[in-house]
Amino acid sequence: MTDVTPQEAEFIPPAEVAEVELYHPHSWWTRYVFSQDAKVIAIQYAGTAMSIGFVALVLSWLMRLKLGFPDTFSFITPDAYYQFMTMHGMIMVIYLLTALFLGGFGNYLIPLMVGARDMVFPYVNMLSYWIYLLAVLVLVASFFAPGGPTGAGWTLYPPQAITSGTPGGVSWGIILMLVSLILFIIGFTMGGLNYVVTVLQGRTRGMTLMRLPLTVWGIFTATVMALLAFPALFVACVMMLFDRVVGSSFFMPAVVDMGTPLPHNGGSPLLWQHLFWFFGHPEVYIVALPAFGIVSDLIATHARKNIFGYRMMVWAIIIIGALSFVVWAHHMYVSGMYPYFGFFFATTTLIIAVPTAIKVYNWVLTLWKGDIHLTLPMLFALAFIITFINGGLSGLFLGNVVVDVPLSDTMFVVAHFHMVMGVAPVLVVFGAIYHWYPKITGRMLNETMGRIHFWVTFLGTYMIFFPMHYIGLVGIPRRYPELGDTAFIPPSVHTLNEFITIAALVVGAAQLVFLFNLFWSLRYGKEAGDNPWRATTLEWQTAGTPPPHGNFGKELPVVYRWAYDYSVPGAPEDFIPQNDPSPLTQGGPA
Amino acid sequence: MTAILIFLAAILAIVGWWLSRQRLMSKPWLEAGPVTAFPETEAPDTHPAKIGLGVFIAVVSALFALLISAYLMRMAYVDWQAPPMPRLLWLNTGTLLLASLAMHCAVVAAHKGQLDNLRLALLTAGLTSIAFLAGQLLAWQDLASQGYFVTENPAVTFFYLLTAMHGLHVIGGLVVLGRTNIRAWQSDRTAGLVLSAELCAVYWHALLIIWLILFAVLMGWAGNFIDICHRLLS
Repeated sequence: MTDVTPQEAEFIPPAEVAEVELYHPHSWWTRYVFSQDAKVIAIQYAGTAMSIGFVALVLSWLMRLKLGFPDTFSFITPDAYYQFMTMHGMIMVIYLLTALFLGGFGNYLIPLMVGARDMVFPYVNMLSYWIYLLAVLVLVASFFAPGGPTGAGWTLYPPQAITSGTPGGVSWGIILMLVSLILFIIGFTMGGLNYVVTVLQGRTRGMTLMRLPLTVWGIFTATVMALLAFPALFVACVMMLFDRVVGSSFFMPAVVDMGTPLPHNGGSPLLWQHLFWFFGHPEVYIVALPAFGIVSDLIATHARKNIFGYRMMVWAIIIIGALSFVVWAHHMYVSGMYPYFGFFFATTTLIIAVPTAIKVYNWVLTLWKGDIHLTLPMLFALAFIITFINGGLSGLFLGNVVVDVPLSDTMFVVAHFHMVMGVAPVLVVFGAIYHWYPKITGRMLNETMGRIHFWVTFLGTYMIFFPMHYIGLVGIPRRYPELGDTAFIPPSVHTLNEFITIAALVVGAAQLVFLFNLFWSLRYGKEAGDNPWRATTLEWQTAGTPPPHGNFGKELPVVYRWAYDYSVPGAPEDFIPQNDPSPLTQGGPA
Repeated sequence: MTAILIFLAAILAIVGWWLSRQRLMSKPWLEAGPVTAFPETEAPDTHPAKIGLGVFIAVVSALFALLISAYLMRMAYVDWQAPPMPRLLWLNTGTLLLASLAMHCAVVAAHKGQLDNLRLALLTAGLTSIAFLAGQLLAWQDLASQGYFVTENPAVTFFYLLTAMHGLHVIGGLVVLGRTNIRAWQSDRTAGLVLSAELCAVYWHALLIIWLILFAVLMGWAGNFIDICHRLLS
């Protein structure tokens, strides 16, 4: 085990980056607004993503009010409901989660964790944020456009997406939506190049791939996937824009709309579904993999234990990344495709559960006999594991064609994907914010407010989405703004719907506590110091908190060990930072 | 979706080859010390811009692979009627080939330090690329004058879409090439200039390869090829 420290390696030249490569801001504008510093860009990304995320949260309230109390909220028309639903889905999946995990956490953590001064292309990184902001503004503009935003559902299925029956279909809504997505993808590609090349190239001396924290592995793999998957959405959006604006027939079959034949002829709506889900399924893992990575680090740090099966965790991330490109058609079981096709995709879908389950076992085994500190990040990490198992198991149901076909159009699917890719990643986002806020601001988030936020969010989301499974099992269709007096719907469904709506309002309100906490603690939070969680990774070993421009001191840190040296036998403390040259390892002296 | 899956398989092979050199089987929890014994696992010395360009070309290729996938899927429907391809496309292909050659010469000249040849080659590459774009516009005009407008048939729409997408990428490249030209004519040979020339050359070769594939698809050769494959398999 000593074969890695040969004698000639005793002198390590300092890993110093020539200072000319780093862009130094000269004014307030280039320091805080048009900044090229990844940390500032990260905060800009996160701030924008969370702001638009709050809009989506309010939209979900409005939807729930309509579902729970259809008579009281009769002013929410079906059209408005569809618009809220579409915007809620689109914002949450793309403009909040993707942007926050990759643009926010990616920008902040990658350079710090791999021991770099900044991203490799800071200028492109800055452009990435501003194009993202433009995409968000175009999206917001669609709320104010004549006809309102599109109500086509977040999957924007043609032909209905661009016909007159759908809100925004023949007005500005769908055009602005498509343009916004195209902009988002262009902006994301710029950022994504940075994240990938920084991990490949910007690593400091000694930081081999197998010493990367799993957070970086997760974000890195997710970015590679996103770079390959987002072009599918790009192509689909451009082609739909052609159909909508110039009247071509990529996706549009011959349609008679309100008695008038449309100009389209012979297009294939299924082509859209293939392209959309070729992006759409990897997207699930683009959101999940960073969450997997972050949660691994949270668990190891707050249970003071090395992550169980690090190698297997890395392999699982890579395998999930690769497999997620060959499961897309499991979103299309009800599209009337060839049965053997469905059989193939059901098989790949179930296979992908294996590496995912390995990760879950490894998290649980990391906790086993760990010195578990029930800090806020840990609470959120534990809640994530439980929620993810729940959502993952219902995914095994839906992955099978015969089970999916009757359930596909019911609330069961809504419950499933909210658990697995809505609530679970968001819990990680919260855990991560409670974990890294001390590094970003120098102050701890308020504990009491944090605990209120945690318990209401965790238990509340269960109250929202757990009953929804049962509603789905009795056959209540999703996408319906109100159920009306239908014979097969028992009265208990209406009661449950009211209950869910109230729970949703309460959970939403708890997020306001969190938002308040973010600002309150900025001023009144406890001083955090450089390394409040006594963590090993490089971002906690910076020259000061918050890290200065250039992240580290005069010389970059040299990495001597992996990221999980917690509770090493014989070590003076229960953690050894990655840049500590001590020869101790988990297996004794190296 | 065959085209994109083949493309992904290629990407997977490259990633797999690279990962196989990263000691994924090592046990990092037993290793302490700077890992200088395995230099291939450290960050490489290659200029980040080169790797960045490589990743970007992979993204662009994914984009075109998806467009081709959509083309091939849409082609299977009965209403598909491929328009007659303008003969001009052959000439345009030749022009783009020249541009790529010129870029190659530019890199050779840059490495040898022949500044005059470098300037000449960069300028030639720029001008031939502009000629290529002009030729594509003329091809559009040619097609439109025969009555094949964008909405005529999905095959025609695809022709405009694919050529426009490729053209936009050429325009993007021309912006960078223009800046490289200005730099070459203003200053002496610097490391930055050599790097710019190399990057432009790689991008131009990629655009040429993408165009050749698109050309094959648009001419219907790719369809014939797939037919042959289908017959061989069935």
